[in-house]
Amino acid sequence: MQLRWIRFLVMKVLRLASLLIAVSVISFWLVSLSPVDPIQAYIGADMLRVGTEQRQAIASYWGLDLPPMERFIRWAAALLHGDLGTSMIYRQPVAEVIHERFSNSFWLMASSWILSGIIGFVSGVIAAMKKDTWVDKMITWYCYTLVSTPTFWIGLMLLIIFSVWLGWLPVGLGVPAGVLAEQVTIEDRLRHMVLPMLTLSIVGIAPIALHTRQKLIDVLTSEYVRFAIARGEQGLGLVLRHGLRNIALPAISLQFASFSELFGGAVLAEQVFSYPGLGQATVEAGLRGDVPLLLGLVLFSTLFVFIGNGLADFLYQIVDPRLRGGGKA
Amino acid sequence: MMERKIKRFTKWKFPIYLNRRQRALLSVFFAVCLLVAVGIGGTLLESRAISTSLTERNVPPSFEHPFGTDWLGRDMFARTISGLVLSIQVGLIGAASSVLIALSLGLAAATWGRTADRIISWLIDLFLSLPHLVTMILIAFVSGGGMKGVVLGVALTHWTSLARVIRAEVLQLKSAEFVQVSRRLGKSRWWVASRHIFPHLIPQLLVGLLLLFPHAILHEASITFLGLGLSPHQPAIGIILSESMRYLSTGMWWLTVLPGLALLTVVRAFDRIGDHLHLMLDPHRSQE
Amino acid sequence: MAILEVENLSVSFLRYTGMFKQQTIRVIEDLHLSINKGEMMAVVGASGSGKSLLAHAILGILPENAQMSGMIRYCGETLDPVKQAALRGREIAFVPQSVNSLDPLMRVGAQVRMTAKGKDPIAKQREVFQRYRLPENVERMYPFQLSGGMARKVLLATATVSDAQVIVADEPTSGMHADDVKEALQQLKKLTNQGCAVLLITHDVEAALETAHRVAVFFAGTIVEIAPSADFSGDGERLRHPYSRALWSALPQNKFMPISGVQPHPNEVREGCLFAEHCPLTTIDCKNKRPEMRELREGMVRCHHAT
Repeated sequence: MQLRWIRFLVMKVLRLASLLIAVSVISFWLVSLSPVDPIQAYIGADMLRVGTEQRQAIASYWGLDLPPMERFIRWAAALLHGDLGTSMIYRQPVAEVIHERFSNSFWLMASSWILSGIIGFVSGVIAAMKKDTWVDKMITWYCYTLVSTPTFWIGLMLLIIFSVWLGWLPVGLGVPAGVLAEQVTIEDRLRHMVLPMLTLSIVGIAPIALHTRQKLIDVLTSEYVRFAIARGEQGLGLVLRHGLRNIALPAISLQFASFSELFGGAVLAEQVFSYPGLGQATVEAGLRGDVPLLLGLVLFSTLFVFIGNGLADFLYQIVDPRLRGGGKA
Repeated sequence: MMERKIKRFTKWKFPIYLNRRQRALLSVFFAVCLLVAVGIGGTLLESRAISTSLTERNVPPSFEHPFGTDWLGRDMFARTISGLVLSIQVGLIGAASSVLIALSLGLAAATWGRTADRIISWLIDLFLSLPHLVTMILIAFVSGGGMKGVVLGVALTHWTSLARVIRAEVLQLKSAEFVQVSRRLGKSRWWVASRHIFPHLIPQLLVGLLLLFPHAILHEASITFLGLGLSPHQPAIGIILSESMRYLSTGMWWLTVLPGLALLTVVRAFDRIGDHLHLMLDPHRSQE
Repeated sequence: MAILEVENLSVSFLRYTGMFKQQTIRVIEDLHLSINKGEMMAVVGASGSGKSLLAHAILGILPENAQMSGMIRYCGETLDPVKQAALRGREIAFVPQSVNSLDPLMRVGAQVRMTAKGKDPIAKQREVFQRYRLPENVERMYPFQLSGGMARKVLLATATVSDAQVIVADEPTSGMHADDVKEALQQLKKLTNQGCAVLLITHDVEAALETAHRVAVFFAGTIVEIAPSADFSGDGERLRHPYSRALWSALPQNKFMPISGVQPHPNEVREGCLFAEHCPLTTIDCKNKRPEMRELREGMVRCHHAT
């Protein structure tokens, strides 16, 4: 029994390693093709005032004057020691930047993941149970509309309604401006997190609800549910007994696969509210050509998505008796 | 007497009984009309979109300016429509490229032997392991931003699921009995491909394109909103919306709300067409 | 005493023909049937003739796009969807055709116990499993772990534990080994000895004749004859309908002679008797007028010329 889990873990780690290697090679190669001059991006508008020797000095400081292969090897070697390089924008080690930003984003993403997961699931179940009634029509209309809406626009709408018109919640940032770090309370943090979290949640509900609804409809029209009805089962009991068990697996895999969309949504939501999270850092890195940070973020997001899928696989193994072993009698 | 009535396939009180497919056709028709109107509007309103007017700045929505004007006095309605047309164009090119990539790789994976299949499947997994937006940011950065970056980004992120579907379809078809019989009867590979395989694939491709398209538009708008896409000189919807952020606190809500609603409506229209087409072509659900 | 009566049952479906038009297809038309307490009636007919739909109609589990008309009576009481829902699983039980009717994620023992009424479902389930010679560990298995024969027995068990008065079995033995078929049908016969009525839908004519009391012959959406199973003997002279005689002759141990042509498609709408094309006794009358179900000797028949 234990052996099986060890095998599972080892396979996953190997896959992760090969994935990260592939991603790092490919993204490094892509970045080296970029026409963006990193020195220019670094210095910005002051480019004209900087002399050639200065530029040389900067280049050699950051190791930019070396050929690509060598740069890659230096970077990869440093990586294996846990050193992701230094961010050009923030003048801090990349690892530190990621750590800091992620702690902000983490709460944001986790809370909206849970919220949209629960609401999405429940709405999907209700819509499927009451298929073709006005409740179902309302829910599906809402979800279909939401799926066609850009995340950032929802954020903007929330901003307009709750910050500008009603003034209930702050306009942006992660903490109140002009307040010393020690004096920032949890309440402050929460207040600043509410709108971005709502943005992410509202958008996240739609695909989950639609998917859950479809899967439950498939289950409710299946042969075994028809037989259950023939045996006299009905109503909520029927759905709970047979429906939930059989949609648990697709629901789990969908929920964990949404890690990928979650990250993307966070990028947009954070941009709207200037929330100092990982998403915003990614945009800055892309806009200003901060290569070490960008590469570090790419690797991190790969890891993030991988963990999500890995967890889904793990749960599948536990829940589905067909995978648990035991063959035909 | 036990009688189960025929389901009334209409929600209106009209004395017309339309079945589900007929209703689908009707909504597709309306969606197409909307999109054609947008397209025509785009060409007609092009000049109005860029003309500034210092006397009519910051005007809220009115009869003359249905979407109001911005800080430079430009008519927001015209700007929005032009922006939509631009986004649609970019989205279309990106989606079409994506479909082409998906088609080639899907076919290759299914017909070029096991190694090709393994490599391509691995490639699909690779692309799926990064969030779309991160990949797009990376690609936009690598290509230096601008239209090229956006189209490339869209094309390279959306091909994966369609490629999988095509691969699965072709694999299934290859081992289908009627194909094997055709081959045994001596028909050439090309004949088999054009008579048996392509007719099956074309609906999938069409549906894939129509379902991909709205996503492409949304992603384009997102990337442009972030500042990594089209240049600010082109009035894409993303730019319009990101610029509007600066004026939110001054209460010029129409700069944000209305263009966004317009984008939503257009994307929804495309989505609807794709969905209904999918419903009609998918044999499992076509009898609903 | 008739415990279940079906009168004038018609079932039709709405289908899309071409892209946008819809058409009604009648699969069961004007069907008459009645079963007595403690009796086993077999419904035999060609595959795909709509026999399963008869079972679904009686239980009230037809699919959404089906339309039904006619009357079904249980113990003299006319059934409507509400009453059917109340009787399902309790007084009228169903034995389905395929293993896919079992929830793939639930252990089979638990599934069988759900239909068991009374104070001790577990004991009841164990007792029935024992009766069908299923080993003890089967109750903890999942459907995918069962062999074909075991799955059939489990499905049968779901009906047996419920102490239902009427059991509708839809092809319960298709694909089974001959010995197992005999055994399964014997079990059903035993239930009839306890007063239960069994409606056995099958295309295995020989097996049906061995155990059933009466046989209903199903053709083209309706029942053309109801006869005591003893009538199926010799040359089939005692049979009333030409189709039944043809069916009997077609069996390997008899003349092994097939009839020409195929079953009429549900799409074809016709005025007269649906068997007219293949019947040796056809007259002009047959082509114009649909024969009514009438009593003849100890059975019933739907033919103008039967004697």
